[in-house]
Amino acid sequence: MAVPATEPPFADTADAAENPLYAKRSGLKRRDQVVSTVLAIATYAILACAAFIFLDIIRKGAPVVFESSFPFVNTEFFTKSPESLITFEVEDGSYFEMGSSDYYEWKSANPDVRIVEEHAHPYSGGGILGPLVGTALLTGICIVVALFIGLATAIFLNEYSSEGKFMDSIRLAIMNLAGVPSIVFGLFGLGLFCLVAPVITEVPQERAFLTIPILFTDSYLSFEGWGTCMLAGGFTLAVMILPVIIAACEESLKAIPMGFREASLALGATKWQSISKSVLPYAFPGMLTASILGITRVAGETAPIMFTAALAHKDKLPWQNIPVNEEANFLAQSGEWTGGFLSQSVQAMPYHIYTVAARIPQNEWTRPMQYGSVFVFMVVVMLFAALSIYLRIHYRKKVKW
Amino acid sequence: MSDQESEEILSPEHSSVTTSAQHPDTADIVIEVDDVNFSYVKGTEVLRDITMDIRKGEVTALIGPSGCGKSTLLRCINRMNDLIPTARITKGEIRILDTDIYDPKVDPIELRKHVGMVFQKYNPFPKSIYENVAFGLRIQGIKKKPILDEAVERSLKLAGLWEEVKDRLDSSGLGLSGGQQQRLCIARTVAVEPKIVLMDEPCSALDPISTTIIEELITQLKEEFTIVIVTHNMQQATRVSDKTAYFYLGELIEMDETIKIFNSPSRKKTEDYISGRFG
Repeated sequence: MAVPATEPPFADTADAAENPLYAKRSGLKRRDQVVSTVLAIATYAILACAAFIFLDIIRKGAPVVFESSFPFVNTEFFTKSPESLITFEVEDGSYFEMGSSDYYEWKSANPDVRIVEEHAHPYSGGGILGPLVGTALLTGICIVVALFIGLATAIFLNEYSSEGKFMDSIRLAIMNLAGVPSIVFGLFGLGLFCLVAPVITEVPQERAFLTIPILFTDSYLSFEGWGTCMLAGGFTLAVMILPVIIAACEESLKAIPMGFREASLALGATKWQSISKSVLPYAFPGMLTASILGITRVAGETAPIMFTAALAHKDKLPWQNIPVNEEANFLAQSGEWTGGFLSQSVQAMPYHIYTVAARIPQNEWTRPMQYGSVFVFMVVVMLFAALSIYLRIHYRKKVKW
Repeated sequence: MSDQESEEILSPEHSSVTTSAQHPDTADIVIEVDDVNFSYVKGTEVLRDITMDIRKGEVTALIGPSGCGKSTLLRCINRMNDLIPTARITKGEIRILDTDIYDPKVDPIELRKHVGMVFQKYNPFPKSIYENVAFGLRIQGIKKKPILDEAVERSLKLAGLWEEVKDRLDSSGLGLSGGQQQRLCIARTVAVEPKIVLMDEPCSALDPISTTIIEELITQLKEEFTIVIVTHNMQQATRVSDKTAYFYLGELIEMDETIKIFNSPSRKKTEDYISGRFG
């Protein structure tokens, strides 16, 4: 050890005996360590909770969805709508479990066999095709409406509007929309889209809020609402997600440097030309990824669609067997891909999960359906989140300025 | 001796536009700035009593310390200041082709097709080189490929970039070096064939070699265009410009042929700036 024989530096200080460069025991340092430990514990606690929830769902839901033999996926789960599960014993002791549609088929195929014991378990059989389709349709309508209105608003606010108190109050209103409880959105959607929205019809209903005859035709513009249908649900969800979309679009637009707009204007472009050719194409990827995340969120909302679109039980898909009603308004007329389609009510995944979890008695029969539905829903949400991350990375590589 | 008196001694005439007897101006006047005041925010005038003429086929340099209003005047000429809601000309007129460009009948979009601008920070679009140069023509509705091809080649040649990029017109404009990107912006500006090209400190973000290339470019471009260039760099003004206008705190102190300004300025304020007494 080469310790110099001369006096150590800082020899005249009070701690001359200790090396001043070494760590001191002090309250500040201890607090520092405690805080970092606490923060780490908090983070890992959240991780543990998430892991617990996900693992539980996977453990109980995966067996419902996956099978050990080909085709490795429980196709019945994905091709049938929810129905009751019938368990019964026949006189020779064999025990059967099948969904109610299969049950009726079996009964008509075996008319002489006597059934000894029979139980019907609601909502435990069949699959989730109806809810999946319904959620897809609702989300689709929501995206179309929300992106259109949200993008237009963001462009107006960012590019065209002037500063001022009025504009500030508009921005405040939009931000407040994000804090409105979802049940209030449900009631809002019920009140507006289901009961008061305008339809063009030749036979306006008595309860219509307002009826305006259209010149030169037999039709009326009747404010009688669209009833419980996917259109109303989609629009309600769109209004709910609007603040998220507007914020995402505005952020993307702000990220485009002003130089692009200036260069474009200096070449003699009109304002809209500059925006549509020099700004929007580069803002689009950012808008897309943020919108996908918002849409994933809204796909899981129950309250807004409870009143406006969803039914707990529906035995046909929206495009099947639309009733023919010659006198009804355009929205309600028949035809697979016309308005009649849009006016159908639907089942939806979040509402279905709510039904099987809270609205019916819990027993071992309902568990497969519950966990299976939740598992599928969780996988879909994760896929969408992964998609948005992938898109963000992909576009970030492509366009850099 | 006060500044005022020394001014008197240096220059008996106070007109801000003086011409040398040996080189009478014969070129047409393209831009007339007539006793103009300009303000960004009501109450504070950023430009005061500016009167000057820009002549065809010449390079006119606007010099002066930071914040003296030279960039502001430049942006008035193609009405880019319209983007700021509270900015306006509070007195006087700017005339191009004998038309007051702030006349309500004048469409700024049309004006900017005749008065192009190159910015300080080069800003090519994240598109291919070809699309960058063709942008100005496309927004006018020109779609035919032969016309666009010819215009792109002509503009890139004018900007001195053709030889370097003719094999990779479809590659991204952002893949070029800084000096090349600025030349791309120049090509983009001249593609729409304006009569006047305004340049706002085009070389301040570039290295010296790129600066030299662009200065040579400017000397060639003046055969086809009238150029007004704002520059911080006095030596650049001596290298490229025919006429120089010196601005200070929103006023035009002196404007004359470049040689005269830098060798024998008429105003003391000009001489102080040129000799580096302040900057």
